[in-house]
This record gives sequence, C-alpha cells and structure tokens, in this order.
Amino acid sequence: MKFDAQDCKLAAKYQLTSTIYDFRLKNEELAAITKPGQFAHILVPGKTLRRPISVCDAEGDTIRVVFEVRGEGTDILSRCEPGDTINIIAPLGNGFEIPQDKRIVFIGGGIGVPPMLYSAKTAGSSCTVINGFRDKSAVILSEDFRKIGCRLIETTDNGSYGIHGFVTDPLGEIIDETDLICACGPTPMLKNIASLAEKHGKECFVSLEQRMACGVGACLGCAVAIKNEKGELTYKHVCKNGPVFRAEEVIW
Amino acid sequence: MADLSVNIAGVEFSNPIIAASGTIGFGHEYGELYPLSVFGGISCKGTTLQERPGNPPPRIAETPMGMLNAVGLQNPGVEHFINVELPWLREQNTVVIANAAGSTEEDYCRIVEILSDSDVDMIELNISCPNVKKGGAQFGTSPQSVERITSAVRKHCTKPLIIKLSPNVADIAEVALAAESAGADAVSLINTLTGMRIDINTRRPIIKNVTGGMSGPAVFPVAVRMVYQVKKAVKIPVIGLGGISTWQDAVEMMMAGADAIQIGTVLFTDPYAPLRISEGLHGWLDNHGMESVTELTGSVIV
Repeated sequence: MKFDAQDCKLAAKYQLTSTIYDFRLKNEELAAITKPGQFAHILVPGKTLRRPISVCDAEGDTIRVVFEVRGEGTDILSRCEPGDTINIIAPLGNGFEIPQDKRIVFIGGGIGVPPMLYSAKTAGSSCTVINGFRDKSAVILSEDFRKIGCRLIETTDNGSYGIHGFVTDPLGEIIDETDLICACGPTPMLKNIASLAEKHGKECFVSLEQRMACGVGACLGCAVAIKNEKGELTYKHVCKNGPVFRAEEVIW
Repeated sequence: MADLSVNIAGVEFSNPIIAASGTIGFGHEYGELYPLSVFGGISCKGTTLQERPGNPPPRIAETPMGMLNAVGLQNPGVEHFINVELPWLREQNTVVIANAAGSTEEDYCRIVEILSDSDVDMIELNISCPNVKKGGAQFGTSPQSVERITSAVRKHCTKPLIIKLSPNVADIAEVALAAESAGADAVSLINTLTGMRIDINTRRPIIKNVTGGMSGPAVFPVAVRMVYQVKKAVKIPVIGLGGISTWQDAVEMMMAGADAIQIGTVLFTDPYAPLRISEGLHGWLDNHGMESVTELTGSVIV
C-alpha cells in the first residue's frame, strides 16, 4: 500500500498559538508508512475539497499535524475535538530524502516549520535547524526541536524572539559548512534560500504549496512551474511529483 | 441481488458507474486503492493530438459545495495515451472510453481517426471544455456548431461515439437533438458550468485563467434538470453526470433519464465513492424488488 483513505481518531488536540493547532491522529497503518515531508489530505466536514497538511511527525500509531487556521476549512477543522473521527488520505507526496552522510540544514518559515520536525528527527542530532517566525507570538515547536539535540537557530522578523532577521541571515553564516538544504515556508523565503544555495553551489530542496483537489495525482489541479531537462517550462504537480522539488528546477 | 449491468450504444458495462473524464487521469492513482473494475467504465483524461502543458496555476478554487477548475486539458498527447496508458487500462477489466479534444475541426477528425484504430471501447467527444482558449466549448455551445462537428467527426469514427454536452447553452435539448441527428451514439451531460471566484483581499481572480468550470454537489440539480430534458428529446442513450456524490444521487439521476452515470468531483472528497454508490444501488434495487438497474432509467413520475 502506498497510501489510503482511512479514518483516524483525534487522540489529542493542542492550541500552540492564537491560530495554530496541533492534532494527534491515531492510525497505526498509515503512521507506519509516512516519511518526512509527506502530507495528509484531510477531509473537512461539509467541504468538497480536502485540506493538504504536512505531517509534523509520525511515530508509533500517531500522525501529528500542525496547521494554521487560514480560512473556513481550517477553521472547521480546528473545531474538531478529541474523540472525533477524521478521515485522511495519507501518506501523500514524495517527501524529503534524508541522507545520513551529509551535513544538512533544515529551514522552516512560519507554518512551514512543522514538517521540519519529522525531517530533523530522522536526520538526528548532527543536523542544523533554522526556524523563522513573524514575531514571538508565532513561535512554535521550539521544545520539540530541542529534544532532538540538534543545533537550533530561531529568528523573528521583528527581533521579539531569537535572532532579529530572516532565516537567510544565519544560513549565510553557516552555508559553507553545509552539504544539503531542505526548506519549507513562504515562497519569497524559499526563493531567497534557493538563490543563496545556488550562489554557493549547495544542493537544495524546497517543499511547495498549491491549491489542490484530488491530492493523489489524478486531476492535475495543483500545478507548479518546473524546468524540464531542456530548461523549458513544464507543469508538475505538488501532490504527486512534490511537494518537495529540487530548488534549481523551480520557476519562481 | 439486482443486475447493475447496462448497455450503452452496444457496449456492455458491468455497472452504470463511470469515472468522469479529468478526475481520474488514466486510472493509476485510484487503482492503488481498489480494482478499477469497480467502475463500469472509465472516461480517460481529455486527450489532444499533441501533448498540452495546461494552464498556469492556480487552477483550483473551492466554491460552496463544489469547486472550480481550469486545468486546461493538460495531457501527454494521443500517441502516449495509446502506446503507454491504453495497454495497462485494457487489463483493468472496465470499459475504456477515450475523451478526445481539439482546437479545430481537423484536429477532432484526426484524433478520432487515430483513436478509432486503437483498442478503446468508445470515444467521448469533448466539445465542452470551458478552460481552453481555442476549441473546446466553442464547438459545443450552439445546436448548429454541435451538429457540424458531430457530422464531421462521425465520418472518421468507427467506435461508438458519445458527445459530451456543455450546460452553458440556451436549450440543452436542442443541442442534444443536434448531436443525435448528426450521428452521435450517445450523449453525456453535463460538463462544468463556467464560474469565477475573486480573492477579496487581493482583488484578483483565484484562478489564473480567471474563469473555471464548476463541478460538485452544487451543480447536481442543474444536471438532473438537463438530463430530464434531454431524455425526453432524444432516443439515444443518455449518460448523466454533474455533482453526483451519493447512491441516492445516482438513483435520482437515473430516474431523471440517465442510462448510466459518471462521477468525478466526489472522488476528491471520498476516493471510495464508487464502492459506496454501487452498494447503495444494490440495496435500493433489492429493497424495491427491482431486478435490473435499467428499470430506474426515466422512471420519474411527473
């Protein structure tokens, strides 16, 4: 089985900030096959389209998703309570390949931080994590990253917590001692990371977002512009070809 | 247990549930979840003579009880379809319907000729795609243009020919009659209704193409009405689609006049929908002492 649509029990629910929620979904079969950087396509009661949400962690019988309320769908989802049944299609997408013999920097921006937790956990304590947030009130998952024992660098745009600046500031300082960059977050951030990686000749993977329908690669809805081997524009799909793409292939 | 099989234009379907074009690709993805033989047939992704890249993103927007799409007929071209996709599809024990699209009358004739020489069971002519600049819906929006393209294509088509109708017309029955008189073996309806959404924060359309095709439960009553009107007008089989999400919807669509149905958008909500619908149809027929699903067709009492 590559993926399946199955019911999960919402075992626990935490509110991390005024708009960000942390759901623990019980489903042993799906948790066992979920890799870092993959996503779950979550059915929202009363909605035609599911919501694609990156997996924050998968351990034992639990899939953890951390999501932000951005519109009506995620608002309805945030009102689910422990004990409720939530249907997900998972695991979907390609996820991050995490080699053990490379010096990896994981970079998360805002709600792009959660998928980096499972990725960094998989890489282990030798990796570096740079997480960027708008301000102190938006900071999430610090304790979870500290538990991994990796180097953790946190930034805020306004300096209210951690380093004052963007994730590319600390990245610029450590990029020479880096082999591989994996990033997820807002498009302008990913674009800046990609150009820094290119300038220094570093391998870089980015996780992209797009409005999505089927989630499995059938409808061709969630297109992103990607360069083919000849450097020409072609449309690939976040759900099946991604969400993780080689940064140099992305047409920003 | 009641018999779910139906015969559309001489082609035997094990059940009346067909996957709608554009929602299932060439079947691989949903084939990971269940055998594709749960569908009586599959209408494949709209295919053109040459590969098409499709429209720039975003291509999708949600709507109340539905969605808009403007994929723009992204497809790998008819040669790829025949050489790569079709041999695998042929092994899935379901009726294979090619969905053919084009930009000019010559394109349509040529692709239908090529598909007629292939191993597909039927050809569905896509003259109702609202999301491409050239061709597509321009052939499907008046009885005259439908008659013209259908007669032209008919000369090149040796397979049973389904004409897929656009709902974006003044009188759907007249359009269906035009298709029938020009030689169509069946009609399928409805393709999507043209729609638009605007992001009020950016003042920009959500879909890059500006407009898109609306599908999902919200369009179901429109589809039922149009299938009802078309069934009264034509003698050829009618395949009903548009927002079918439950087995009750399937029963309703068949009562309105559908000989078979297609399901599409519901797959995005519930990939297992064809199994639920099939089970529900069996249950309903058994509870009502019906032996064949064909007894439902057009059984609405007005």
